[in-house]
Amino acid sequence: MTMNSSGRPTAPVAASDIQSVETVSGSKGLSQFEPLIFETDRWGKTGVDLPKAKGKASRLGGVERSVRPELPGLSEPETIRHYMRLSQRNYAIDLGLFPLGSCTMKHNPRLNEKMARLPGFADIHPMQPQASVQGALELIDELATWLKTLTGMPAVAMSPKAGAHGELCGMLAIRAALQARGESETRKRVLVPASAHGTNPATAAQCGFIVDEIDANARGRVDMDDLRAKLKKSDDVAGIMLTNPNTCGLFETDIKEIADLIHAAGGYFYCDGANFNAIVGRVRPGDLGVDAMHINLHKTFSTPHGGGGPGSGPTVLSDALAPFAPVPFVIKDGNGFHLIEETEAEAKDSFGRMASFHGQMGMFVRALTYMLSHGADGLKQVAEDAVLNANYIQAKLKTIMTPAFDGYCMHEALFSDKFTAEGIETIDIAKALIDEGYHPMTMYFPLVVHGAMLIEPTETESKAELDRFCDSLASVARKAAQGDESLKGAPYLAPMKRLDETQAARKPVLKWTAPAPEQVAAE
Amino acid sequence: MTVKFTEDHEWVKVEGDTAIVGITKFAAEQLGDVVFVELPEVGASFDKGGDMAVVESVKAASDVYAPISGEILEANDALTDAPETVNSAPEGEGWFAKIKLSDSSELDSLMDEAAYKAFCDGQ
Repeated sequence: MTMNSSGRPTAPVAASDIQSVETVSGSKGLSQFEPLIFETDRWGKTGVDLPKAKGKASRLGGVERSVRPELPGLSEPETIRHYMRLSQRNYAIDLGLFPLGSCTMKHNPRLNEKMARLPGFADIHPMQPQASVQGALELIDELATWLKTLTGMPAVAMSPKAGAHGELCGMLAIRAALQARGESETRKRVLVPASAHGTNPATAAQCGFIVDEIDANARGRVDMDDLRAKLKKSDDVAGIMLTNPNTCGLFETDIKEIADLIHAAGGYFYCDGANFNAIVGRVRPGDLGVDAMHINLHKTFSTPHGGGGPGSGPTVLSDALAPFAPVPFVIKDGNGFHLIEETEAEAKDSFGRMASFHGQMGMFVRALTYMLSHGADGLKQVAEDAVLNANYIQAKLKTIMTPAFDGYCMHEALFSDKFTAEGIETIDIAKALIDEGYHPMTMYFPLVVHGAMLIEPTETESKAELDRFCDSLASVARKAAQGDESLKGAPYLAPMKRLDETQAARKPVLKWTAPAPEQVAAE
Repeated sequence: MTVKFTEDHEWVKVEGDTAIVGITKFAAEQLGDVVFVELPEVGASFDKGGDMAVVESVKAASDVYAPISGEILEANDALTDAPETVNSAPEGEGWFAKIKLSDSSELDSLMDEAAYKAFCDGQ
């Protein structure tokens, strides 16, 4: 045995065969036990002592609080530790691969953060005189130019706050265009494929349209016969909402014909841009006949999301819809950049305003930083690498799991639960993946595939990381194929064991209940 | 009493000019544990194939379509507090609504039990 200069052995003394250790604190090593903040046993205490206000009469007019608020009295370090400990249980893109399909959980570059923190962007106020924020307005205009160039579209509304808000923007523009044609009362039907994101039919319904579902064909694309049948009567068609690549991770190969059919029917083509990452720099939606498409800056252009947001969903518009774009928007003239705020003059046909101000400025800075640091050629490679990574996963797992459709995929690989033994379900595989140290993939979506498992690695991941993920998922999938009942209890290694999701949905406990008052008084 | 089935996995049981409607055992099994049911308003009218109700499970939310045209006479309010009945007795106590048939000839286009069984086997 090697000894150090103090005479202590440098290696652990003979490993014991202890398998598990019970601790008094409830912690497991550096994974610390943490109760709810309301259970922190600090009732009756206060973390900060403030002197009683003297010589000031209350101005609350008799509505002063008569009982103490039910809040735990934590000091600053106790509060910080509470949230730090909880944060240690988070899974995040900064910790590992986030395979959620349809979410594009890519790396958020630190250069974006550095730029967003520049005082000229971070410390300005939306109500500041426009002459004092010319640089910020120029940035919005520059980002708009990039978005229009990448999509091949003539106009963009920058204010929508996230993906579904962008959908709302696009559909409101379509409704305004129909109103201008005098057809808003007759054209009420919006076609939505069965594989659509749930937000598509929800948005259409929110705008007062009637949703008409189009079937998927055996190749996971729009069933063209069904589409043609649904367009036979066309004078009530407002448009179509289609995602491309679609939520099966497949390119809609008939998209030009779909656009032509919709336009011939007098409708507009809304494209859900959630999956733009797969085609950015390679395909311009404007060339495909799209009339409106939102772009998730928090997916394709690397701004944070999944709890870290906020999102941002600028919406590009065709010539037909551009006049109806919401205010405010930025224009440039001889005197610099200006925000057009009112629905008059150049914005007289605008359908109105979707947000108090001009949009998510912090996300605009990050997205433009990402674009400038990649360049047009770099963005093209983003799409190529995202598609390559997804196909690598599909190829590595296709003999163990069942790909939902034949052929290559785009940016995400979709599997069905066909390979699992009787009794083992998609949710069991997802939960077992937590024990392997990964956030589960998207499950049970899209609805057109039984027990769907949708995996989107993005271009962020290296081959080594993809291999590690595939090995982990393959090992779980093999157990699922063999009917290994242990999967039904997973996860075993997570801080919380498997929850009863049925009871949580049927009888949710939505409110923490305080302990009996005498207990509080006794402290 | 006739029981008929749709391709969207609703069943319809006809008594006189009243039809009792629910989702099939096959549908309930595919959905998994049902956690929420939204029922139609009494007095509302639906065309055949219209969105009549919503059923939500731990896996997914699905529309329930009116298998035949008519007016809602009664909705099974017991499901609101006990959605699990849809799993335990989908083709009995887990019925969704009673509909006053407006066109009984529509029943001819629906499947009988044997045809529905064959349809499910092909799914």
